[in-house]
Amino acid sequence: MYRALTERLADWGIVAVLWAFRIAVILIVVVGSVLTLVKGTYTRDQWIDLAIFGLSQGGIYALIALGYTMVYGVLRMINFAHGEIFMSGAFAGYFLATALNRAGTLNANPVLALATVTVFAMAVSAGVALLVERVAYRPLRQAPRLVPLISAIGASFFLQYTVRGLFGPGVYAYPDILALQGEWIIFGVGILKRQVVIIIAAVIMMLILYTFVMRTKIGKAVRAVSEDREVAQLMGISVDRAIVVTFALGAAMAGAAGVLYAQIFRQVNFFMGFVPGIKAFTAAVLGGIGNVPGAMLGGLFLGLVESVGPSLFLDGLGIVAPYQLKDAIAFTMLVLVLIFRPSGILGERLVTKRA
Amino acid sequence: MLDGGRQEPMTTREIRLDIVRAVRIGLLGGIVFLYLTLVGLVGAFSERPLISGFISLGQTLLLLSMLGVGYVTARLLGNPSAKSAAPQGRAIFMSSLAGFISGGILAMLVIIGQRIDVRDVFVNATTELYQILTFGRGLPGVWLLPIVSGVAAGISAAASRLPGKIRSPIVWGLASVAFFGLFSSLFRTILTGISPGLSPFARLFFAPGEGLTPGGAAVFLIFAAGAAASRRLGGQTRVAKAIRSKVAANPRLRWLGYALLVLVALLLPQVSGPFLSQVLALVGLYVLMGLGLNITLGFAGLFDLGFVAFFAIGAYTMGLLTSYGPQGLVHISFWVAAPIAMLVAMLGGLFLGMPVLGIRGDYLAIATLGFGEIARIVVGSDFLAPWLGGSQGIIGIQKPCVGRLGPFVAEGVPRDCFGLELVGPQSMYYVVVAGVVVAALVAWRLREGRLGRAWMGIREDEDVAEALGVNLVGTKLLAYSLGAGFAGLSGGIFAVLVGSIFDSSMQLFVSINVVALLIVGGMGSLPGVFVGSLFLIGLPELLREFSEYRLLFYGLALIVMMQAKPEGLWPSATVRRELHAGEEPTAMSEAGANPA
Repeated sequence: MYRALTERLADWGIVAVLWAFRIAVILIVVVGSVLTLVKGTYTRDQWIDLAIFGLSQGGIYALIALGYTMVYGVLRMINFAHGEIFMSGAFAGYFLATALNRAGTLNANPVLALATVTVFAMAVSAGVALLVERVAYRPLRQAPRLVPLISAIGASFFLQYTVRGLFGPGVYAYPDILALQGEWIIFGVGILKRQVVIIIAAVIMMLILYTFVMRTKIGKAVRAVSEDREVAQLMGISVDRAIVVTFALGAAMAGAAGVLYAQIFRQVNFFMGFVPGIKAFTAAVLGGIGNVPGAMLGGLFLGLVESVGPSLFLDGLGIVAPYQLKDAIAFTMLVLVLIFRPSGILGERLVTKRA
Repeated sequence: MLDGGRQEPMTTREIRLDIVRAVRIGLLGGIVFLYLTLVGLVGAFSERPLISGFISLGQTLLLLSMLGVGYVTARLLGNPSAKSAAPQGRAIFMSSLAGFISGGILAMLVIIGQRIDVRDVFVNATTELYQILTFGRGLPGVWLLPIVSGVAAGISAAASRLPGKIRSPIVWGLASVAFFGLFSSLFRTILTGISPGLSPFARLFFAPGEGLTPGGAAVFLIFAAGAAASRRLGGQTRVAKAIRSKVAANPRLRWLGYALLVLVALLLPQVSGPFLSQVLALVGLYVLMGLGLNITLGFAGLFDLGFVAFFAIGAYTMGLLTSYGPQGLVHISFWVAAPIAMLVAMLGGLFLGMPVLGIRGDYLAIATLGFGEIARIVVGSDFLAPWLGGSQGIIGIQKPCVGRLGPFVAEGVPRDCFGLELVGPQSMYYVVVAGVVVAALVAWRLREGRLGRAWMGIREDEDVAEALGVNLVGTKLLAYSLGAGFAGLSGGIFAVLVGSIFDSSMQLFVSINVVALLIVGGMGSLPGVFVGSLFLIGLPELLREFSEYRLLFYGLALIVMMQAKPEGLWPSATVRRELHAGEEPTAMSEAGANPA
């Protein structure tokens, strides 16, 4: 009798806390937005700026998120080192871009140079990812679920501090491409060229990946393995090959994202992969992990919320320096999604036992 | 291979195969050598002598990897299951070849590096590094590297083929020299700390800066080798075995051993000086946190990657309650504030635990990681700065006072202490130990009880546990909030130990540290927490050269650990049995013999 009562109390407590969470978040969002808009601190142009910036960041998150989502699809594991694969792409791009800049090619022929840098970064990222897969993940494929996650955390730190040791702990300035400076006036609103280019590039990359996964034979194999590994194996699909391809594809996207990211922030650092990595994971969860279009949508949405959110939700509440809490908003979204809708926006696959 | 009669004509083919293998190992070894040098390990370690005037730590590292190449080659060629174990001479030759190639690759780096400046990319490819690699001879000395490497690899291959009776003393002797050389300053401080009269004795063995004296090295080598040899020869084993079985059989003797251990733990800061005490106190704080996470993760299987959130709650509670600085609220004494900090952290655990209980496995890890990051960002933001100090932190945290505490006078003035004020790390260490003892007792008693079994049931299979009548919600919450409480206590003591807290102390790194020490020590094992903390927190603090590479080693350790020894260094009996279930019965009996 007594036990039953305490159990019921605990259940009610949890329901109450969850509802309190929901109501608090909704209150903050609604009241904050209304107050901010009533106060009118920001002009229309500023909102558009924030939104475009958010979309360009979101495009980068989306590219990184593809790697998380695809690997989760085939292996059911969180590739914790994916942020570091993004970072190694950015570093590879940095070294090539610096060399090209010194040779003068970077500004003489910016389109070709940027394409070369991107392809190089993609190749390096893919190489690193395959190495990590071979050394840290493949031997653990049959192990309990937490084991590969811990190995992935290890790989993440190993990569970070390898880069730190090899290339130094400093923050390195990415060479600037002159053609990307300035803005375009579209419908009377000035928009930074850089951001437009990034959004377009990200969308193109995603379309290429989507076509690859949907149309090619190996893409089909990847999808089959992601659906059911054993059945796919029985159908004569080489699971190992599909996994390797998945890692390479996801890593290539992350490498491209690294170059694009460096175009916005114009610097690289050995620690730069951690925060975008976690955020991209948030994006992947947001869109429904294992779901490729979901990751793209989730990334853009996260970028938008993160960019507009601090000003929109928090400014009206009288919180000073709301921009400092930008990351907190992203992490709060992560936690909220995991609590309330772990299957994500486009979640096709319900999160089952042990997921 | 198929039948013995065809083996003769195959020898040339075999030799060719062996050469291919040796070359492959040599190339891989070369990549490892390049990695070690370019990542800066060799350069950083070269500043620290192992045997003063003879060999530095960096050289030791290189030498060890050369020996490793030889050992691996000899092992792979001489694989007894391959039916065609390579003859002695050939194995040694092949190993030297592999070592030569590895060394050659490193020599290439020197040659290329002298011509082209690669420092724009690889920051560690400095002239000092080249000097180290050429044994201080510049470019003409570059040929020494492959030769030394080849010889070292050959020796190691030969040694690996020696009978154990000879090999084991050599290995033990060299290992003990390396061990004492590595921790020379630690031992010297302790020796002189025990009694100043021992200091000439210490000077005999340990060189003034770091490292051993050549004479000391010889003594350690001979002593350890002799001990190993006599043990090997069987003279001591029977006596040792008899002692061990007697101790195991007599609980009173075992308690005596524990008491001795406790005595050493209590006396250690007195002989080791303030620096070591600080390290020990830090290790203790991580043990405390590890004991907490051991309940959440080790017992109940709830993966928390945001443990630092509770550490932060404890630290900031302590700061707000006891600080005499601008952020202080009530200025109470440490002894009152510590339980409150623990309680607040427990409430925090309850509050954060409730919403995430439904999340399982690796999703939970990511969600809690989010909590940890949110805690750090919010605590350091300007928004909460009027209360928590933002990036300025909370300063002026009152030290604990054994005795009567004077009244609070004014902001910025510490309260007087009529009695013993625990100021330095040497005295704070005892506070940490007290906390650890309490936490360890609680964790131990709970594990043995009904609650502990419920936790482990949840860890193994939630659904089965629920079907067996375990109240999932309550039990999980209890694990969550108890673990959080220990972390909070640790945070509170940390705040007092340092005297001030900043948001920069609340990094994700702390959470990773705690998880890593549990994994290295052994999930769910209480002694494992101590072992893990000593290895992961104490060791890098003692080896300052390591500190920059600490996370590199963490990463490597986690990867290697997951493949080679997923149960940890000192696993709990259940976990060990589980992970080695399919193996030969000897492993089982060993597991039973070692209570954990």
